[in-house]
Amino acid sequence: METSSHDVLLVGGGGAALRAAIAVCEANPKLSVGMISKVYPMRSHTVSAEGGAAAVIADDDSLDEHAYDTISGGDWLSDQDAVEIFVNNAPKEMLRLEHWGCPWSRTPEGRVAVRPFGGMKKMRTWFAADKTGFHMLHTLFQTSLKYPIVRYDETFVTKLLIEDGAVCGVVAIELKSGKVRVISGKAVIVGTGGCGRVFPYTTNANICTGDGMALAYRAGAPLKDMEMVQYHPTGLPFTGILITEATRAEGGYLVNKDGYRYLQDYNLGKPHAEPVFRSMELGPRDRLSQAFVKEMEKGRTVKGPYGDVVYLDLRHLGEAKIDAKLPMVRELCMKYENIDPVKEMIPVRPVQHYMMGGIHTDVNGATPVKGLYAAGEVACVSLNGSNRLGSNSLGELLVFGARAGQAAAEYAAGAAMPGSNPILAIGSDEEHRIERDYLRKTGGSERISALREAMQKAMEEGAGIYRTRDSLNTAAKTVRELRDRYSAIQIDDHSRTFNTQLTSALELGFLFDLAETILASAIGREESRGAHQRLDFPDRDDKKFLAHSMVKQGGDGHPVLEYLPVTITRWPPGKRVYGEQS
Amino acid sequence: MADTITVEVARFSPDSDSAPHYQSYQVPLRKDWMILDALNYIKDHLDGSLTFRWSCRMGICGSCGMTVNGRERLTCETLLTEFAPGPVRVGALRNFPIARDLVVDMSDFMEKLSMVKPWIVRKDGTEPVREFIQTPEQLDNFKQYSLCINCMLCYSACPVYGIDPHFTGPAALALAERYNLDSRDQGAGDRLDILSQHDGIWDCTVIGECSEVCPKHVDPSLAIQEFKLAATKEWYKSFLMPWGGK
Repeated sequence: METSSHDVLLVGGGGAALRAAIAVCEANPKLSVGMISKVYPMRSHTVSAEGGAAAVIADDDSLDEHAYDTISGGDWLSDQDAVEIFVNNAPKEMLRLEHWGCPWSRTPEGRVAVRPFGGMKKMRTWFAADKTGFHMLHTLFQTSLKYPIVRYDETFVTKLLIEDGAVCGVVAIELKSGKVRVISGKAVIVGTGGCGRVFPYTTNANICTGDGMALAYRAGAPLKDMEMVQYHPTGLPFTGILITEATRAEGGYLVNKDGYRYLQDYNLGKPHAEPVFRSMELGPRDRLSQAFVKEMEKGRTVKGPYGDVVYLDLRHLGEAKIDAKLPMVRELCMKYENIDPVKEMIPVRPVQHYMMGGIHTDVNGATPVKGLYAAGEVACVSLNGSNRLGSNSLGELLVFGARAGQAAAEYAAGAAMPGSNPILAIGSDEEHRIERDYLRKTGGSERISALREAMQKAMEEGAGIYRTRDSLNTAAKTVRELRDRYSAIQIDDHSRTFNTQLTSALELGFLFDLAETILASAIGREESRGAHQRLDFPDRDDKKFLAHSMVKQGGDGHPVLEYLPVTITRWPPGKRVYGEQS
Repeated sequence: MADTITVEVARFSPDSDSAPHYQSYQVPLRKDWMILDALNYIKDHLDGSLTFRWSCRMGICGSCGMTVNGRERLTCETLLTEFAPGPVRVGALRNFPIARDLVVDMSDFMEKLSMVKPWIVRKDGTEPVREFIQTPEQLDNFKQYSLCINCMLCYSACPVYGIDPHFTGPAALALAERYNLDSRDQGAGDRLDILSQHDGIWDCTVIGECSEVCPKHVDPSLAIQEFKLAATKEWYKSFLMPWGGK
């Protein structure tokens, strides 16, 4: 078996992992750093983020206002120490990215330009037209090439190695050769992003299968607030492609089948011609997605071939503004919907977008498993509480990516290199499992795609925007049945070379774990808060649930649920108000 | 419109094949499907061993470049109906070794990308406390080059790269020029030194196929001409003023 060894390993190659890798190199140039990613880093899903990244920079803005918007936006489930660290460090991190060459959009004077965003009371969202994630990712990746980071591109991690309660490396398949390798490390930082592919309609890329969450969960780390699933109110109906919130920040309207700006009926303020902060179309994503469902129930949405839609109207913005500020939106609409938003309204519907929940970490990215760190969407620090504000995630991956890198560097410098004997033994067992259960498996009858689609449908129906105990229990039963059928999957591809059926099968295994943790956490939380709306418990219940759901994998493989109190510093729980009065 | 279309897909397994061959599949011809949806239909329903890369399915991650009827395309944004009634032929990108089926080995590009120093170089080691001032006009100077998604369509279309794999190639050169033209960068001299040696830029014969196939409207051909001009100027300077033209 091929082996290699580094001081710090990154699992994932997106924004958080790249920022963390650079932080390790800067903190301690003597450390050897390895980065393992199932795709080339510049393919990572950070690339698809569009609208912008929040950090206080304007003279009329303040860190406290950014903190309050984030905490109220998250319906008081955010840990406020994490929020304070985030808002304090975001401007510094964003400036570093500017110094590294990120092509931020500018004011006529050459300063960094900012735009409004949903749930934010001030203009603080930095942007690179509407390709912010693309530019941030390529800037980070290209900058990372300066450093002696050893990359394992297109290498799929199947297991975290744990020895005496501490992480000591990974087992991974090099896709091109099919070789199973053991890569040991004193510290491992997970930055693999979210698990949107648990759901059928999602803005998330094909690769967003929650690998890092499931790997950490199987290694004994708790997953936090997994029931907090963000639906973005404006995705394209068939593909789920994201139409950025920046369309509304630039002045776009959401209208129902009668051309009526229906958000005014949902406690989000009154309509004005120009966008108003924390109001109407600039309300938070959870409330906008919920308003869509209510509107559908009233029969005021439009029936389409892929479910009901409403319209996003940008026509009044004019061609010049759309081309300058929203070029990608125009391109996407023309290519995927055959619609020109300069002349026509865009059909949109809520689609799964982001996991507020993830691997439980402290403010330095450390998980309860010694040597294991996490940052970005895969982690839950918890900045975003029960509803993330648009443009906070790109800032989050920088701030907490850097912190995780620094903490892991410090830890690795003082830790001993893991011994090779036990690691090789676990690695060999894992290789055996991959061969037995997948590569050499014959005679299965269940198609991977059929099981995946059935799971996604069950999750949408049972754990979508509105949930009840019954809907969740039904989904849980379906997922359990599908999971049983998973042991009989059919493998057509027995090659070692770039076997994408093998990776799809392994990913489906991860998705099942995560679906179960989402359902268990959602069943336990008998209240409504942010993105978690229980029709059978419609109110927020701070007495019982000002707490994080923490799920660990039990001995039988199924989730065990506990709670951890929310950290409150300066913002006691209050009423969440949007519209002019906010 | 017919209900189905024949999709002929290049298959190649290094374990058993010496050259790619085509395999035909019948796929529903749906008006909102892209070529990528057809490939996924085949993988999900007909043949789980078909191997290709894809991820964002919105034309930004750069994973799914292939040839469609012989032309380089991002398959996630190429409509199936464009090729009705078919058959339509999907192959791997050209000029790269094929790893399997529609997956090419692009490690050569990854090395070339690092070589051109695609990052901000500061000779004087200074960085401002706040942001660098950069006007929208200065941003526009390099913006189009920064839109490269590394999808490799340009390398596949480049006749020079096909003949001489040492040629640095369109995307890497466009990215080098992206940093050269960035008002924050001071590394143009370093990059020119690297590129004017060997086969860096001189092999390009300005055919312009790279700019033609780019799905993001980047113009690598222009970048290469700009490099040649800069290198020629430097050469004359060093020739005419050997005591310190640089």
